Amino acid sequence: MSIERTLRGKVAVVGVAETEYYKWGQSPEPEFKLALRAVLAACADAGISPAQVDGFSSYSNDRSEASHLAAALGTDELRVAVMQWGGGGGGAAAAVANAAAAIATGQAECVVVLRALAQGQFGRFGQGPRVATVSGNGAHSVPYGLMSAAQMFAMRVTRFMHDHDVHQNALRAVALASYRHAQNNPRALMYGRPLDEADYDASRWIVEPFHLFDCCQENDGAAAMVLVPADRAKDFPHRPCYLMGAVSGSHRGAGASVHNDPTYATASFTTVAPRLYEMAGVRPADVDVLQSYENFTGGVVMAMVEHGFCAPEEVNQFFRLENFVAPGGRLPLNTSGGNLAEAYMHGLGLTIEAVRQVWGESTNQVPDADVSMMIAGPMVTPVSSCIFGSQATQ
Amino acid sequence: MSNYLHSGLPSPVAAGDGLDRQFWDGLREEQLRLQRCRSCRGWQWGPEFCCHHCRSFEVGYEATAAEGTIYSHQRVWHPVHPALADQGPYVIVLVELPMAGNVRIVGNLLGDPRQPLQIGAPVTGVFEHHNDHEPAFTLLHWKGRD
Repeated sequence: MSIERTLRGKVAVVGVAETEYYKWGQSPEPEFKLALRAVLAACADAGISPAQVDGFSSYSNDRSEASHLAAALGTDELRVAVMQWGGGGGGAAAAVANAAAAIATGQAECVVVLRALAQGQFGRFGQGPRVATVSGNGAHSVPYGLMSAAQMFAMRVTRFMHDHDVHQNALRAVALASYRHAQNNPRALMYGRPLDEADYDASRWIVEPFHLFDCCQENDGAAAMVLVPADRAKDFPHRPCYLMGAVSGSHRGAGASVHNDPTYATASFTTVAPRLYEMAGVRPADVDVLQSYENFTGGVVMAMVEHGFCAPEEVNQFFRLENFVAPGGRLPLNTSGGNLAEAYMHGLGLTIEAVRQVWGESTNQVPDADVSMMIAGPMVTPVSSCIFGSQATQ
Repeated sequence: MSNYLHSGLPSPVAAGDGLDRQFWDGLREEQLRLQRCRSCRGWQWGPEFCCHHCRSFEVGYEATAAEGTIYSHQRVWHPVHPALADQGPYVIVLVELPMAGNVRIVGNLLGDPRQPLQIGAPVTGVFEHHNDHEPAFTLLHWKGRD
């Protein structure tokens, strides 16, 4: 008897929630309290008692530790506590994969994926270290003025743009799509603050090739998602939303330090994306709507190429705003406003938006969104991506 | 001669595990020393305890020429450290070293920070000593080569 080793169709997402989103450092509440609020709200969205939650899955060394959450929330029993290694938002789909794996293998019944951030309480991402000395990997870059995330990734994007003659307008299209969609999403911090081509072109450089609007926000807040076995999917208020596939990882040598990744000009999905499609049993053309993590717009371009939505040589033609706008674009992209214009919740906001599209509950709803993809944290390692599907996919 | 970047950034020190001490000691002596496997003769950088080609732990350091080509580059405009608040734009290059197995190293590109930047351009190393620090250290920068 062969055992089918897949996550396809094994779990369902039955509740999602986020706290109010704040500009970085402006949360009136501590980070752990934000995490509690997000978990409770996600349980309420699913119509379940928090006591039933028996697992937590997170990433990026989230500080809201599972046992502490379980005790604070009065859950009946803790069965799994899963942390995905790696920084940034590379784990925003892997945390779903790990939660799903726990459920699919009978380790847990109801797992919450969460991410909470309060940078006023714990310090800011986009700043260099205020220390006298630096050792280890940082010693080989910080003294040369290379210390922020934008600086860590700019040279990958520059090399990719050079190799494939990619123009700045491709990056601009990603920024414009996020801002366009945020204008319909009251949760978005850039709601009521539209961006057009001229605004983008006039914006200052952060580090070439990134203008200000190519870079994600930094925000405070928390988000959570509730997963249960697929056979319970129809017992909840929302339409069924099944996980079709979820994968993580990176190619050989991706973690080589001092910018020695042998496949440098990539978003780290060259080996990951094919595994996602194989598990989900779909092709790029089947994807109805895409959430693709914008730490920096150039990472979105490479991640989408690696997921097969266009060839590198087609980027300048494909990356146009009209292709990315819901509901009628060829591939509606970042329909909540994403990290750029909704909020930077290390990508869990994008994962939630992918679910809302399947539920038919997005503020930029794509009609009949049966296959909904989320790509997490391009250019870090490990990265991850996942696909959710409607009842029609099962 | 003034340094390329304003002073006040964190100073590099060798890692406590000793892994990159020979690299930093080499720069003090104006020599670029990188890791090379004694078993398979493969080069590697950044430093690791074992060879990622053959997994041998017999990894040593060898001197190589500070000559390479620009693999990628970035011109930084927004300062993320107080020491750079009045710096203005500066250029970081990722230099590929053909004589050391094409490993790469990060440095600054000397000269006008607004100069055109070209992937593939040949560059040669320039050692920048910071003798007024305790401990003193040396950085390796790059300049265009005809």
